[in-house]
Amino acid sequence: MINSVTNLITNLGRATLALIHETGAIALFAFVGFSHIVRPPFYPRIFLSSFLETGFFSLPVVALTALFSGGVIALQSYTGFSQYHAQSAIAGIVTLTVTRELGPVLAGLMVTGRVGASIAAQIGTMRVTDQIDALSTLSTNPMKYLVAPRLLAAIIALPLLVIIADILGVAGGFMVAVFKLGFSPTAYITATLNSLTQKDVTIGLVKAAVFGFLIALMGCYQGYTSKNGAEGVGSATTAAVVTASILLLTLDYLITDLFFSY
Amino acid sequence: MTSSPTIPPKIRIRDLCKSFGAKTVLDDVSLDIPAGTSFVIIGSSGSGKSVLLRCLLGLMTPDSGLIEFDGENILNVSAKRQKDVQHRIGMLFQNAALFDSLPVWENVTFGLLARKLIPYRQARAHACTLLAQVGLDSAVADLYPAELSGGMQKRVGLARAIATKPDILFFDEPTTGLDPLTGAVIDDLIVDCVKKNGSTALAITHDMASAQRIGDEAAMLYQGRLIWQGPAASLMESGNAYVDQFTHGRSQGPIPIEGCHSQA
Ligand SMILES: Nc1ncnc2c1ncn2[C@@H]1O[C@H](COP(=O)(O)OP(=O)(O)OP(=O)(O)O)[C@@H](O)[C@H]1O
Ligand SMILES: [Mg+2]
Repeated sequence: MINSVTNLITNLGRATLALIHETGAIALFAFVGFSHIVRPPFYPRIFLSSFLETGFFSLPVVALTALFSGGVIALQSYTGFSQYHAQSAIAGIVTLTVTRELGPVLAGLMVTGRVGASIAAQIGTMRVTDQIDALSTLSTNPMKYLVAPRLLAAIIALPLLVIIADILGVAGGFMVAVFKLGFSPTAYITATLNSLTQKDVTIGLVKAAVFGFLIALMGCYQGYTSKNGAEGVGSATTAAVVTASILLLTLDYLITDLFFSY
Repeated sequence: MTSSPTIPPKIRIRDLCKSFGAKTVLDDVSLDIPAGTSFVIIGSSGSGKSVLLRCLLGLMTPDSGLIEFDGENILNVSAKRQKDVQHRIGMLFQNAALFDSLPVWENVTFGLLARKLIPYRQARAHACTLLAQVGLDSAVADLYPAELSGGMQKRVGLARAIATKPDILFFDEPTTGLDPLTGAVIDDLIVDCVKKNGSTALAITHDMASAQRIGDEAAMLYQGRLIWQGPAASLMESGNAYVDQFTHGRSQGPIPIEGCHSQA
């Protein structure tokens, strides 16, 4: 009995230490990767291809999720608010939730699934097939060549995606309100413009940049540190998606708490 | 070091130790490789051969010991000097380790482009010359590594390793996984490249025929220790019980074989 309690405590302690160690390793990795963004040589081709991969090729999936989520918010709030001043309230709720939360969070989660996973798989494969070591032997710093361009690409691409997600989310709400609930389009647009604030949009974009950094960071870190062949690459990919999603939602809460609690 | 009366060996390794946790992988390894020689290290799987190469390449830091290239200790030099040292080394990895996102020609000229030794516009043409040196057609230049056979990948890896004309070349199991004929061709190419550039080479192999073709000198690594060293030509009749068992692939002898009860 006492034995199993000590075992439990030992295991808990070990897990805690491992967690602290991992956190430190990730922080160091982030610092080194980030510092290489501003120091030459730069690799514009790799930046461009990962920018296209993150930004452009994520457009369809981000656009669709934003459109339907905006629509569903309009629909849900109609059921809740129909007795009161539905028209103006719905436009306001859609605009607020989309710009503050749904735009950045949905775009972030979609990109995590698409891009975070593929970064981890790419870099992980390079690690287990010695390609990362080969880079070092060919006068190329792998942190600079593999990590820095991907971090930068995601930091820039995510806010751009979120601008589009914001627009389409609001448009989704508009379509449901006008075509399904029969609201007047002009009144809905006026109400939308009235509730749209620069602060909401800006902080949404700041969140997006932070999420982009996180997604690329976790993809790169898990890939870079993967071992044990193909199986290791598989678990690195899973770990990249899971850790990035959890961190993303945690930071979303913290940023919201920091800027919107007055 | 120029004041020293005798020329230091190209590579001098002294008392090199490396452990992972409780597991000792390299145990007091000492070795001299004179300039211009091809040195072969044999040893069974897991004996620490790749770890030794990684330490020499600066990809791993040994726990203790000394590594000198041309009399210069490379373990405690500045980061910048370490880079210069790395520029002098060419490496062919165990599975070629070609960059699979880049076409063959960019793989081959990667080191040259990284150091801006040739302009980007000339890189493809230069790659074709290098490919010709390892017996590959220039049609291969635009293929991706995944489209090549194992033997072709090894050749491309070799072309990439010699592209910058390094004076030290490392080969990690250059013929493993190839048929005997292709293996022999790769060995010839290695000998050719080493002699042509006057490089010093260190090769790791399990393949006795290959070891004797590539090597001038040979040594055997067993459980992290160098247990024998001598001319590569005498590998098959070394007189050392361990080496004999290994080179002749006997199940009886001092090396215990898993799943087999040996009587020493
Ligand atoms: N990064 C590492 N972390 C922990 N252990 C390692 C690491 N690299 C190598 N080892 C261990 O060191 C030992 C020697 O590995 P090494 O790769 O040098 O073997 P090898 O002689 O090259 O074998 P092979 O001929 O199969 O390539 C192995 O037991 C391996 O498990
Ligand atoms: Mg090996």
